Amino acid sequence: MTLQDYHVTRSSNAARVAAILGAVALIILVAAPWWAGRADMRLMGELFLYLALASLWNLMAGYAGLVSVGQQAFVGFGGYMLFALTMFAGLHPIAAIVCAGVLGALVSIPVAVLIFRLRGAYFAIGTWVIAEVFRLGFAQISALGGGSGSSLPVAIVKSLASKRAMRESLSYWLALGAAVIVVTAVYLFLRSRKGLALTAIRDNELAAGSLGIDIWRTKFVVYVVTSALTAMIGALIFLQKLRISPDAAFSVNDWTAFVIFIVVIGGIGTIEGPIIGTLVFFALRETLADLGTIYLIVLGVVAIVMMLKAPKGIWGLIRRRYDLQLFPLGYRVIAPGKSDKS
Amino acid sequence: MPEPILQMHALDAHYGDFQALYGVDMEVSEGEVLAIIGSNGAGKTTLMRSITGLLSNEPSQITYHREDISSLRADEVAMRGLAMVPEGRQLFPSLSVRENLMIGAQVGRKGPWSLDAVYKLFPILDERKDQQSTSLSGGQQQMVAIGRALMANPDLILFDEISLGLAPIIIKDIYDALPGIIGEGMSAIIVEQDISKALSVSSRVYCLQEGRVSLEGASDTVSREDISRAYFGIE
Repeated sequence: MTLQDYHVTRSSNAARVAAILGAVALIILVAAPWWAGRADMRLMGELFLYLALASLWNLMAGYAGLVSVGQQAFVGFGGYMLFALTMFAGLHPIAAIVCAGVLGALVSIPVAVLIFRLRGAYFAIGTWVIAEVFRLGFAQISALGGGSGSSLPVAIVKSLASKRAMRESLSYWLALGAAVIVVTAVYLFLRSRKGLALTAIRDNELAAGSLGIDIWRTKFVVYVVTSALTAMIGALIFLQKLRISPDAAFSVNDWTAFVIFIVVIGGIGTIEGPIIGTLVFFALRETLADLGTIYLIVLGVVAIVMMLKAPKGIWGLIRRRYDLQLFPLGYRVIAPGKSDKS
Repeated sequence: MPEPILQMHALDAHYGDFQALYGVDMEVSEGEVLAIIGSNGAGKTTLMRSITGLLSNEPSQITYHREDISSLRADEVAMRGLAMVPEGRQLFPSLSVRENLMIGAQVGRKGPWSLDAVYKLFPILDERKDQQSTSLSGGQQQMVAIGRALMANPDLILFDEISLGLAPIIIKDIYDALPGIIGEGMSAIIVEQDISKALSVSSRVYCLQEGRVSLEGASDTVSREDISRAYFGIE
């Protein structure tokens, strides 16, 4: 067996099979309005939005090392921007979602400048404080319903589509589209030059800095982009809910604790992790929802056990056992005669 | 004497309350190879960290191409053409050999060094380019670290303990490659525990002892006695 018999590839059979299965699954999911019931579609739409939020948080915490517990600031901000821009500026809801993203990016810049002065646990607490400031701030705006919130006027809802079935399909497709766009964007970003720099920073911040990588700017870009996309997801979430209030919009439980749970369970620092984590989270939620508070206790216990027994999450376990990578980021050496076992 | 490209003037360095360097004066001329020797804890690595911006310094202690770089961040120093081959290699474990080299090119400086030029210098890296960097042997990892620094096309390259932890035969290979690197008109600072190796490749030598310069001279004229006195501090 000579060295020439070996070959190196980025792709693997598993990645090719995953790509084909993913495409088939995507077609089936796009067609959901023709085969799924109304409740199932709502559930799946919510699942896709959580997947998008988790992928974004994973990029920020798992790759850029920015462990924020305040992303609800941007979920809520996006939601409120949807309401404000459609109600007062007369924008079409879709245009309002895009504008919410742009405004989210603008707002995240001063926030980043402020909280990037903090490190580690202080950074985490700082982001939470900022989110609370957002919540209290929006509760003061009486035009948006103050502390009790407001509902999206019927005329705006109808401007999306006049028939209810069409509206529900549209908001389902928007959620699916958001998840696909976010996961694809994260994957393409990590394969790019900037992604290479981000991986280098994660591996060894000191060495990355002395090789000319501007660590502050790389993290800043990641923070602003994830915040903008999080604001757009927030707008989508409240387009589905049709009602917003400060407590719902800036809920640390709904938009950060559950998202962190998803990423940690699935596997932080991997693209596959949030996908698996989202499925596990929804499976637990749908089977345990009747148990009330016990459901939250079970979630907590699962999270603690995972962190102790498998800190790399479910995907970390699978990858260690089978050397799998469904979104090929790295390269692998294939020995001759040996079938590509992954 | 050619223009000095790097100058240190009364450089102090601290780790919290602990002072590691005391008033170090040093300069490197264009195209010169400088050796820095000294025992463990003499301040050699601290000096490297100060120069490359990993430790922050007081203003006007370090000038590079007549510009004060004392208070710049590490990435700003790297952008100006100062690259380091760090002690212990410090490769990026999740990246392949080729990707590690590409990271070096992030500063975007023009010059003779490219992926092809590095592969020509170390042909083994071409064969291993798609492997994970940490799957390589120690010597090959050191070649990646050197190649990664060269990819930045620096004017001045710092080698921190390049022979540490490597087999003698590998050390010889790496030292044999040095003329090919420095021949491109680059200046270099070599930090080395192996005194005879350091003297054989350099034109001038500095010895550090407990954070102070204890000896300075031309590498071919300093005597063994001078060095052992400067190295151990025995009168």
